[in-house]
Amino acid sequence: MAQPLVKKDDDRDDEAEYSPFLGIEKGAVLQEARVFNDPQLDARRCSQVITKLLYLLNQGETFTKVEATEVFFAVTKLFQSRDIGLRRMVYLMIKELSPSADEVIIVTSSLMKDMNSKTDMYRANAIRVLCRITDGTLLTQIERYLKQAIVDKNPVVASAALVSGIHLLQTNPEIVKRWSNEVQEAVQSRAALVQFHALGLLHQIRQNDRLAVSKLVTSLTRGTVRSPLAQCLLIRYTTQVIRESGINTQTGDRPFYDFLESCLRHKAEMVIFEAARAITELNGVTSRELTPAITVLQLFLSSSKPVLRFAAVRTLNKVAMTHPMAVTNCNIDMESLISDQNRSIATLAITTLLKTGNESSVDRLMKQITNFMSDIADEFKIVVVEAIRSLCLKFPLKYRSLMNFLSNILREEGGFEYKKAIVDSIVILIRDIPDAKESGLLHLCEFIEDCEFTYLSTQILHFLGIEGPKTADPSKYIRYIYNRVHLENATVRAAAVSTMAKFGAMVDSLKPRIFVLLRRCVYDSDDEVRDRATLYLNTLGGDGAVVETNKDVKEFLFGSLDIPLGNLETSLKHYEPSEERFDINSVPKEIKSQPLAEKKTSGKKPTGLGAPPSGPVSTVDAYEKLLSSIPEFSDFGKLFKSSAPVELTEAETEYAVNAVKHIFDRHVVFQYNCTNTIPEQLLEHVTVIVDASEAEEFSEALTKPLRSLPYDSPGQTFVAFEKPDGVPAVGKFSNTLRFIVKEVDTSTGEAEDDGVEDEYQLEDLDVVAADYMMKVGVSNFRNAWESIGEDFERVDEYGLGPRESLTEAVSAVISLLGMQPCEGTEVVPNNSRSHTCLLSGLFIGNVKVLVRLQFGIDGPKEVAMKLIVRSEDESVSDMIHEIVASG
Amino acid sequence: MANFSVADGFCPSVKNILVLDSEGKRVAVRYYSDDWPTNGAKFAFEKSVFIKTLKTNARMEADIALLDNNIVIYKFVQDLHFFVTGSIEENELLLCSVLQGFFDAVTLLLRNNVDKREALENLDLIFLCLDEIVDRGIVLETDASVIAGKVAVHNMDGDSPLAEQTLSQALATAREHLTRSLLK
Repeated sequence: MAQPLVKKDDDRDDEAEYSPFLGIEKGAVLQEARVFNDPQLDARRCSQVITKLLYLLNQGETFTKVEATEVFFAVTKLFQSRDIGLRRMVYLMIKELSPSADEVIIVTSSLMKDMNSKTDMYRANAIRVLCRITDGTLLTQIERYLKQAIVDKNPVVASAALVSGIHLLQTNPEIVKRWSNEVQEAVQSRAALVQFHALGLLHQIRQNDRLAVSKLVTSLTRGTVRSPLAQCLLIRYTTQVIRESGINTQTGDRPFYDFLESCLRHKAEMVIFEAARAITELNGVTSRELTPAITVLQLFLSSSKPVLRFAAVRTLNKVAMTHPMAVTNCNIDMESLISDQNRSIATLAITTLLKTGNESSVDRLMKQITNFMSDIADEFKIVVVEAIRSLCLKFPLKYRSLMNFLSNILREEGGFEYKKAIVDSIVILIRDIPDAKESGLLHLCEFIEDCEFTYLSTQILHFLGIEGPKTADPSKYIRYIYNRVHLENATVRAAAVSTMAKFGAMVDSLKPRIFVLLRRCVYDSDDEVRDRATLYLNTLGGDGAVVETNKDVKEFLFGSLDIPLGNLETSLKHYEPSEERFDINSVPKEIKSQPLAEKKTSGKKPTGLGAPPSGPVSTVDAYEKLLSSIPEFSDFGKLFKSSAPVELTEAETEYAVNAVKHIFDRHVVFQYNCTNTIPEQLLEHVTVIVDASEAEEFSEALTKPLRSLPYDSPGQTFVAFEKPDGVPAVGKFSNTLRFIVKEVDTSTGEAEDDGVEDEYQLEDLDVVAADYMMKVGVSNFRNAWESIGEDFERVDEYGLGPRESLTEAVSAVISLLGMQPCEGTEVVPNNSRSHTCLLSGLFIGNVKVLVRLQFGIDGPKEVAMKLIVRSEDESVSDMIHEIVASG
Repeated sequence: MANFSVADGFCPSVKNILVLDSEGKRVAVRYYSDDWPTNGAKFAFEKSVFIKTLKTNARMEADIALLDNNIVIYKFVQDLHFFVTGSIEENELLLCSVLQGFFDAVTLLLRNNVDKREALENLDLIFLCLDEIVDRGIVLETDASVIAGKVAVHNMDGDSPLAEQTLSQALATAREHLTRSLLK
């Protein structure tokens, strides 16, 4: 049989591009794999076929289950060959095929034989293959050999066993943990890489034992570590120990700092950098500690190797955020990097300079950046824009050149995200730097003259409507705004109409002119534009006289809608045209956490609320209706809030009960939704006996029993408690369901006359502070935050202890407070080490509360939190802190 | 490759090593992380890496790029593009040493003729090289001569002495060598 490989070559003599795999086909190669079964094995040929199979897999080709099994069995035959090269390919192939458990058995004995072979290379590879495909039971069989291999004289064998151990630790930790003696020995190995792998495994085995890790670090930092990789690892472990141990208070020295500093003089750049980075990331690092690290990073900045420059500038960029002064020494080296070939390096250099630059260097820097902006990608430009924004806020006097820069780049080509970043920056500058307002607004006006993004146009028009009328000469903006009405799409036109109306409302002298313009809009082709024009003409008093606009109209034009749009939508859908007008005050302000209708479908049986309301009625609506239908509760006043149902029984029990807490000013009503799940029973006179001994401020007011509770037809019983007026009293209530049970003949459905009194223990119900907090969002948190003022601001810091993740800590605090997260801040970006969360809510007594939470990870999992509360009432601000402090 | 698990976040780890040709096509790739679970995701990543680095000049020194929260270190020679990817938190210089180790080992194994054709003809060596440098994300070795030494054991011992070959095998080998030399 001729060599197929060669034959292919012959066919392809004249091809421009030669490849041994040209025209290769899965089917043909699988056919070729039959040579594995030849009694007389041709090692070379077999290796070539395996290479082809590997090539196919590497190109993204997949084998079906049958094909893979066939290849696997054929490959196992190759263990007969004594050819070392072929054996290597067999190992690769087996790893690539990742055989199933029943297939593994076939190769186990061959691999175990290789594991004990005299050839080092066989031993090392067989260990890696076997550990990769093995499961727990097999592992116990080979454990003995693996332990031996860890301390094998040959470093390749030892490394193979150690690395396999690192992987196996994830699946079979209890077995691998038994090897720590051997691993400990391997840490002392003279072979560089063995030490590295042993160190990695030993740390993973002991990572939950702080003391052991600390001891390990202490002994190794004194001893010799042979490979740069192991040294990097040791630096990482050291910083972990430093994080957990804190500063030595007596001398003010940080333990192990000397070790890190000595690593800055290591001969491997990798280690130097690892140590420098570790120092810059120390908690509360001092400038004295920083200096040597900055010095070595500065040297890297002028290295000929791009990777080194990148690593240095990236680290310095991070340092500049917290310690800008420490980085200023590098500014000269940094400036030369602006023209770096690698644009990532250039961008990092620029943004670092923007953070560290002083006022006098701003102009020079801006000149350099202007040249640079044209040849970087949008994503980098956004980074630069954001850096410029913060620079401008730092040096407000320099707003002119920075604003000019922003307006210049605004005119250039760019995608939406980039343009949005620029517009956002200009808006922020206008808001924070009064002098920049006029020029900034004009730049924005010019931008909307030629803006392809509807979203940005409408945002800018809205902003103009608020800021424009307050300027010295509002009339000059009118032209730009009215041009929109002629030239843009309907969405922008409608926004322009609203903006003009705002000018009309605020600037009385402009009113007649605005009326002329608005009247023209009444003939617009789009109904929204016409509607708006008509509405504004009417609200502003259509006669066009120069009169002062009254307060209501201003409120209407400028006030924000304090109703969740979702609720408004449901209410409007629900509204049927009639004599009665739609009342916007009837729209609930509570943001519903989970629509009732949705809950219904998830549960098997309808729970609570007698006749399940059809259609999208919000929870609060339904509860309010239900409660107002009960005369006993009529004098409790307006319902403040109803909680989500709390399950008081396990799922699938005889009686399913959940409770809803209704909060009133002076009362709390518990609504127990009961379901009887036993067909043979009828319950009568159902009540819940509540023991309020652990809720001192509450006194029971009345109980409303449920007369009868037939099978599978939910009913409610209520218990009302009195509590001090407006006080957010908390407490624990234990509940017992009491009823008279009557046997029911399931065939006839008739109940017997005599019943037996019985009780059923329910779980406890807590009234917590969050129950007095209503989730009410605000549309613009920043505005709300500023308008509420800092009169009743309360700030404090809390340690939240070890937490799984930042996300978990954030959601725990949110649910503790029961407030509405604003602007999507409840989502914590991956890997972030700090997070700010904005919450708003309405506390009982209709007190508006805003909360700013700043989280940070301190130590490995320790989460610290700064809580800033602003509210309309001092005592409420304090209360929020109490909730957190006790929670 | 699904059981990627260097979980404690301390151990330096590599997410993938790629060798692409001058058109961005695969020569040999190895993924060690499940960041790219499907073939489609892998190809998409390779494409964006290739395009992003195409215009740079990474022939003398390895260069670096940031891509989707990953660090990519790369180096080009002839019509081959070498890439090593790691997490954004990883030590850039450490990843660079992996790339350099791999690159130098390949150079040794291909006897300084590093180009696509030579790489494809010795693809088995490239695969073994990838296997010896990183094991499921964990760096095994970065010293090029050690890596090449481990792979080359195969080469030296693999060619069994001529006497042991059957006549037809010997002829086939001779013919193969002849064709290769003619094609060069």
